[in-house]
Amino acid sequence: MTSQVSSPAEQADEAGEALVGGQRAPESAGTGGKEIRRLDRVIIRFAGDSGDGMQLTGDRFTSETASFGNDLSTLPNFPAEIRAPAGTLPGVSSFQLHFADHDILTPGDAPNVLVAMNPAALRANIADVPRGAEIIVNTDEFTKRPMAKVGYETSPLEDGSLEAYNLHPVPLTTLTIEALKDFGLSRKEAERSKNMFALGLLSWMYHRPTEGTEAFLRAKFAKKPQIAEANVAAFRAGWNFGETTEDFAVSYEVAPASQAFPTGTYRNISGNLALSYGLIAAGRQADLPVYLGSYPITPASDILHELSKHKNFGVRTFQAEDEIAGIGAALGAAFGGALAVTTTSGPGVALKSETIGLAVSLELPLLIIDIQRGGPSTGLPTKTEQADLLQAMYGRNGEAPVPIVAPRTPADCFDAALDAARIALTYRTPVFLLSDGYLANGSEPWRIPELDRLPDLRVQFAGGPNHELADGTEVFWPYKRDPQTLARPWAVPGTPGLEHRIGGIEKQDGTGNISYDPANHDFMVRTRQAKVDGIEVPDVEVDDPAEARTLVLGWGSTYGPITAAVRRLRASGRSIAQAHLRHINPFPRNLGEVLKRYDKVVVPEMNLGQLATLIRAKYLVDAHSYNQVNGMPFKAEQLAAALEEAIDA
Amino acid sequence: MPETNELLQLVPKAEAKQSMKDFKSDQEVRWCPGCGDYAVLAAVQGFMPDLGLAKENIVFISGIGCSSRFPYYMNTYGMHSIHGRAPSIATGLATSRRDLSVWVVTGDGDALSIGGNHLIHALRRNVNLKILLFNNRIYGLTKGQYSPTSELGKITKSTPMGSLDAPFNPVSLAIGAEASFVARTVDSDRKHLTSVLRAAADHPGTALVEIYQNCNIFNDGAFEVLKDKDQAQEAVIRLEHGQPIVFGAEGSKGVVRDSLTGDLKVVAVTEDNKSQILVHDAHAPSPTTAFALSRLADADTLHHTPIGVLRSVERPVYDTKMAEQLDLAVEQHGKGDLAALLAGNDNWTVVG
Repeated sequence: MTSQVSSPAEQADEAGEALVGGQRAPESAGTGGKEIRRLDRVIIRFAGDSGDGMQLTGDRFTSETASFGNDLSTLPNFPAEIRAPAGTLPGVSSFQLHFADHDILTPGDAPNVLVAMNPAALRANIADVPRGAEIIVNTDEFTKRPMAKVGYETSPLEDGSLEAYNLHPVPLTTLTIEALKDFGLSRKEAERSKNMFALGLLSWMYHRPTEGTEAFLRAKFAKKPQIAEANVAAFRAGWNFGETTEDFAVSYEVAPASQAFPTGTYRNISGNLALSYGLIAAGRQADLPVYLGSYPITPASDILHELSKHKNFGVRTFQAEDEIAGIGAALGAAFGGALAVTTTSGPGVALKSETIGLAVSLELPLLIIDIQRGGPSTGLPTKTEQADLLQAMYGRNGEAPVPIVAPRTPADCFDAALDAARIALTYRTPVFLLSDGYLANGSEPWRIPELDRLPDLRVQFAGGPNHELADGTEVFWPYKRDPQTLARPWAVPGTPGLEHRIGGIEKQDGTGNISYDPANHDFMVRTRQAKVDGIEVPDVEVDDPAEARTLVLGWGSTYGPITAAVRRLRASGRSIAQAHLRHINPFPRNLGEVLKRYDKVVVPEMNLGQLATLIRAKYLVDAHSYNQVNGMPFKAEQLAAALEEAIDA
Repeated sequence: MPETNELLQLVPKAEAKQSMKDFKSDQEVRWCPGCGDYAVLAAVQGFMPDLGLAKENIVFISGIGCSSRFPYYMNTYGMHSIHGRAPSIATGLATSRRDLSVWVVTGDGDALSIGGNHLIHALRRNVNLKILLFNNRIYGLTKGQYSPTSELGKITKSTPMGSLDAPFNPVSLAIGAEASFVARTVDSDRKHLTSVLRAAADHPGTALVEIYQNCNIFNDGAFEVLKDKDQAQEAVIRLEHGQPIVFGAEGSKGVVRDSLTGDLKVVAVTEDNKSQILVHDAHAPSPTTAFALSRLADADTLHHTPIGVLRSVERPVYDTKMAEQLDLAVEQHGKGDLAALLAGNDNWTVVG
């Protein structure tokens, strides 16, 4: 759970020593059979070839862990290629999972356990694994050619290079084939279940419940019962292998994180799923049909897929011919009175920018969901980055302000979607929601909200004339604004008497007719800006228990790593204040005052300092950037070191 | 095609009798004096009362270009959008609001150059849109560059030595893009224009109407041969469904199929070949003959230009299918239950 900035658990969580490979064991308890050790948290990384099913394996382990009641955070990491050449470094796919008996914030810096399905997976991941950690390798793949392919001249399993680790060589492929020999499957078919064998082994090691995975396999392969049963058998064989073989002398327990979770019903959820549900919820709360116009793009496509499943909520999804048509259709639906959404990633935003400008001019509600990925250009499609902030802020011709909302954790994507919808509907404006690849694919437990606590987003369409001319005639002026919000009326086609024309050419204030008048243009530009500047957003909260002199300011998905780093620093006796922005345009009203309270402001971002640029420009604050653009989220330990350096500088 | 278009029945009817005046907005029309757009505007405003739809349920959406100012002059709902994108915006509106009659007004640059992709995809999807493509074979608003329908070798400001681009034939393009309704008409022929608009309005699905339109400033007389009374008789082939394709003085010429190539050709009508004259079948399932007709005109002289409805066939309409899927989803899974969706199948409860 990542929602409580100042919970008692924060003192303990991730505050600990720089992670070493050994799993921290508060106490040990022997049992009749094998030894069982209790741990407070574990980080496991499954790594294999793209075709080895590592994402599925990770997902299943996550589900088991979630239903067991641990807090957790995940980091899937996979190549952009659908099937890179087998056994190569670019083809390695991994899934990291951090789970604990208390509140945690990140998928963890370094794994305590690495499962390497082949030499490439070992090679690609070993640098992240601290000495003393456990490494489970599939020895069947450590033959001459696969090893040579990734540059191992001698076997790392035999040449002593892994001496510092707790190595478990397991012939996963052979054992799986042996376990499935009565199923009448070809060797190749049987081999495919080796990920389930590995999952079974790990499930035994960490006392995970198994019913969920067995039910999942039977449902997934409902049409191929033979394959379903083979997978279940491989899964059970892996479990039994752990229980019987002497190589695995110890298993571990991580107790449920009962303290970390407030009362409620929970589920595990990824950012893209939470975002999709947030959009459906926003449609319900606004009593408007949701219309998604989209074009497939990594890492946003999951939202298109998810919303397409929920047509019984009245959700329309339109897969357009390109990014431009995706947002075009959404804007057309917005004109017609729908809760309109387009989903994309950075390159798609670039293509949509002209239509976003039109939406600014038309002043219609529209959600633009940008699941940021590495850029520029095609960049790193499956990796995370926060480098679209300035594109969202400024990437249009003319003065075209667009509000920006950023979720901080996977589960928070749900609330962020509702908040973005609130702003779009209340102020009749396009709104950017900036998620990213890390939030999109990462997951965590989510306290399922009660429906009666969701915000009321209902809007009033214009129903009749709103202006009286000098001669007393009642007329409808499409650009006559609400004095409070500066929003213009939303008059949808089909409303008698309100026929009107809108467009991208500058409009006369009030009437909305074409106007080239210089003074009117100046007024309209300033009014559109004032409308966005005046959007109600909550004050930014500062977490500063010890009157620190340095403030760390973040936005978006860096929340987890920054908070974990702050906990570490505080645990080591350093004081630092933390604030995290959900709203970047407009900034919270109190942000300037907050920034001026501190001697130093540090802004960690997964870009080259985009928020820092905005902060410096707006508040004349000497904000320091700490940047990382390697496609991965910050690691708490490194970030803590960087923040400490900033405090001492 | 059925007598009444079922989709048109979804659009509310006007309560009172309408006149052309009801469809004129209060905005001053600002096209160049003598522009062909005036004639099209008058024809559309004049025809709308015949359609008898509630004007608040009619929406005109345009892109950028001279013709795209059109919505400002219609007293309906309207949007003057951005260059080339009108079909996509109209698609969003039409697919989310089946109670609206949605019209797209576009030009040869807007529809075929910058917006070519949206046009072909709207046509293949068969969204319930009526697209009026004003083709003047020139860029007017940017003051006289060649367009995607300009003839090869055209001298313009951007092609002082002649254009190197082979032009599109919009009707051929539309048929190739799986259009279910394709027609061509001429700005100055009010009666013909109106009849084509009527047929387009009645069509369930995307209707593309190419309107040859004169730009008297930058490409004056581009279609003169089709308008000049003396020349038009030889140049224009008026297509009517179910009628033999004949033209010229007293129907002296006709269109027959070349038995060797399968292509169409123009012949002088004689007693011997009279029976071989092609009878126009706009509803033919195969687009082959409509396509051949669209290629009949001589690219240089415009002689043998067919006008009228070249193709009008019924096939599934995107918006209808989309609505049916929504209904089916409710039928299969019940109306969406948000609490159940959020709870999912795999949750756990923490008791305080």
